[in-house]
Amino acid sequence: MTMTAKHSAAAPARESGIRRFRTWWNSLSRPQQWLGMVPVVALVYLLPLWHTMPIFSTEPNKDFPISLFSAAVLVLIALGLNVVVGQAGLLDLGYVGFFAIGTYVTALLTSKDSALHKLPYLATLPLAMLVTMVAGLLLGTPTLRLRGDYLAIVTLGFGEIVRLLATIVPAVKGQVGLQEVGHPPGTQANGQPIFGPTNGTAWYWLVVTVIIIVLLFIGNLERSRVGRAWVAIREDEDAAQIMGVSTFKFKLWAFAIGAAIGGLSGALQAGQVGFVNNQDFGVQFSVLYLAAVVLGGSGNKVGVMLGAFIVSYLPNRFTFLSGTTLQIGKLALHLQQYLVFGVALIVLMIFRPQGLLGARLRLLANGRQAYQRLVGRPEQLSSDSALTSEQEAV
Amino acid sequence: MTEESQTGVNEPVGGIVAELAQMTEEQRAAHLAEVAEVVAPDRRIGVEIGQTLLEVQDVTLRFGGLVALDSVSFQIKRGEILGLIGPNGAGKTTCFNVMTGVYRPTSGQILLEGAPLGRRKRYQITQLGLARTFQNIRLFSEMTALENVVVGVDARHKTSVPGALLRLPRHQREEREVVERASALLEFVGIADRAADKARNLPYGYQRRLEIARALATEPKLLCLDEPAAGFNPAEKEDLMGLIRKIRDDGYTVLLIEHDMRLVMGVTDRIVVLEFGKKIADGLPAEIRDNPAVIAAYLGVPDDGVA
Repeated sequence: MTMTAKHSAAAPARESGIRRFRTWWNSLSRPQQWLGMVPVVALVYLLPLWHTMPIFSTEPNKDFPISLFSAAVLVLIALGLNVVVGQAGLLDLGYVGFFAIGTYVTALLTSKDSALHKLPYLATLPLAMLVTMVAGLLLGTPTLRLRGDYLAIVTLGFGEIVRLLATIVPAVKGQVGLQEVGHPPGTQANGQPIFGPTNGTAWYWLVVTVIIIVLLFIGNLERSRVGRAWVAIREDEDAAQIMGVSTFKFKLWAFAIGAAIGGLSGALQAGQVGFVNNQDFGVQFSVLYLAAVVLGGSGNKVGVMLGAFIVSYLPNRFTFLSGTTLQIGKLALHLQQYLVFGVALIVLMIFRPQGLLGARLRLLANGRQAYQRLVGRPEQLSSDSALTSEQEAV
Repeated sequence: MTEESQTGVNEPVGGIVAELAQMTEEQRAAHLAEVAEVVAPDRRIGVEIGQTLLEVQDVTLRFGGLVALDSVSFQIKRGEILGLIGPNGAGKTTCFNVMTGVYRPTSGQILLEGAPLGRRKRYQITQLGLARTFQNIRLFSEMTALENVVVGVDARHKTSVPGALLRLPRHQREEREVVERASALLEFVGIADRAADKARNLPYGYQRRLEIARALATEPKLLCLDEPAAGFNPAEKEDLMGLIRKIRDDGYTVLLIEHDMRLVMGVTDRIVVLEFGKKIADGLPAEIRDNPAVIAAYLGVPDDGVA
């Protein structure tokens, strides 16, 4: 009782703090914002070097750079899924299927266990994207006429089909899997490869770089006819169509782009782990990816990245809980690393049902000048939505 | 237009509205002429002013046993404001839906500039030059007013994923164009002061006008308005009549569904009357006003009366 009272009293103050920061940030010019991002990006790059960091580090239970790498891969996955779910509003429950296809493309073209012709690892990245994109088109062409729940069920089926294919197709060797997946070239002074499976830092840097490139491209799409078509479809598909949006075409593009990013994440993951088998593509991963997107704030790139980081990081941070038992009277609780994660999810969804950061999309390349000219202030972003103001009013 | 102030949304009002207030009468007129110029359609229309732009030819639409439209035929001439009226359930909106491709006619066809629309998809019909608003407002509520209109302007553009991804020159040119045209449209319909607000936070009257601006953005050869004055008070209706005339004077052809007789009689050049899916009258407002069939349809017929 007192807890809730305390919360509602504290909430408006925190809310307006975030909003004040956002207003300030939005008032900066583009170059100023770019400049402001430099230290943040630098910090992100430097993170794995400080693996003895107190509290934040996942060591000694889990290698910190590797944890960061896993988080970065999930960030990339969530960004791809966000294009489909957050921007175009298409519920995709089989996203792990694209991830799986990406890992297998890379594994089949680089592993010594595969009968296929071998290619350098880096060349398989664009190939993995291409193949998953085609898979996205194959899935999307017949199914994107469906809407909402129906589409979700079909995509769920797609994820399962890919998982089962990974089990029954002889070339990918089911549970035995494919060993010695390739990695980018380069060796350290001690003769070890730079991109070895234990060197999380190098892999982390690679993924972060990929994320930055993907962010630039997605940003370009968002502030274009394409991004607007996606949001229009999400808001009201029929009205979008009547306003001249070729809804099917743009939904298919959203699917293809999301798939390509999923495939790319898969290829990166396969390279770091160095081994691919059929065990990591269950439906729970699709749900986990979706949780990352929803938790962070569907439609908001920054939020989605934050959400993905939390979803990946929390279980790794609390690995040490696994196996310990909490005795409360006669009740013995066998703790699990995912316990903390689950509790955190529930708490967040109670207090921030719209996600950590609400949807926030800029849809015009030249919007800033236009709004200044018309009304003398920047546009209203979704974060100042009625939902938050209602909450504040309560 | 009524001023509904919403808390927290309207901070310092600057921009174009404030500028307009400071302009001299001449400057303001020049500015508004400029806006009207940007808004005006600059597309080639295959028919002369006064010639048939769109023809509804013997259209019948059945839902199972229900005949929603029964051999309806009428024409819309380029440059006119045509009113489509009738009692509730007469088939006015259904007629709109057939024209804009939401439903396909069971028989009969729609001709735009003499060419049948055939089995074209809805977005293709919009790109051909038919735009509409909705009786129950259907804006993209999470987008700002400006962005809503820009979606309409996008219908005339070509940039797709590759162009946007790489920011090719055409994409950049189109991005400049959309903002220019959409801004002008917001000024044209009189809601530029709320351009930066999300559609769902706009007052009702603004939302109605935003729908009109969004439809105009697609540069329609024919603009179809579905009860644009629903829920308006008399003063707002008066404003709306002015806007509809302004749209026509800017070079558009308008088809108007409306219940309010004063508005319909005041603004339309010609009126088509539907009842139970059938056309019962077609003529000048004055003729329609005195047409016994129309009066009977609206007021009912006494038991011994003859329709």
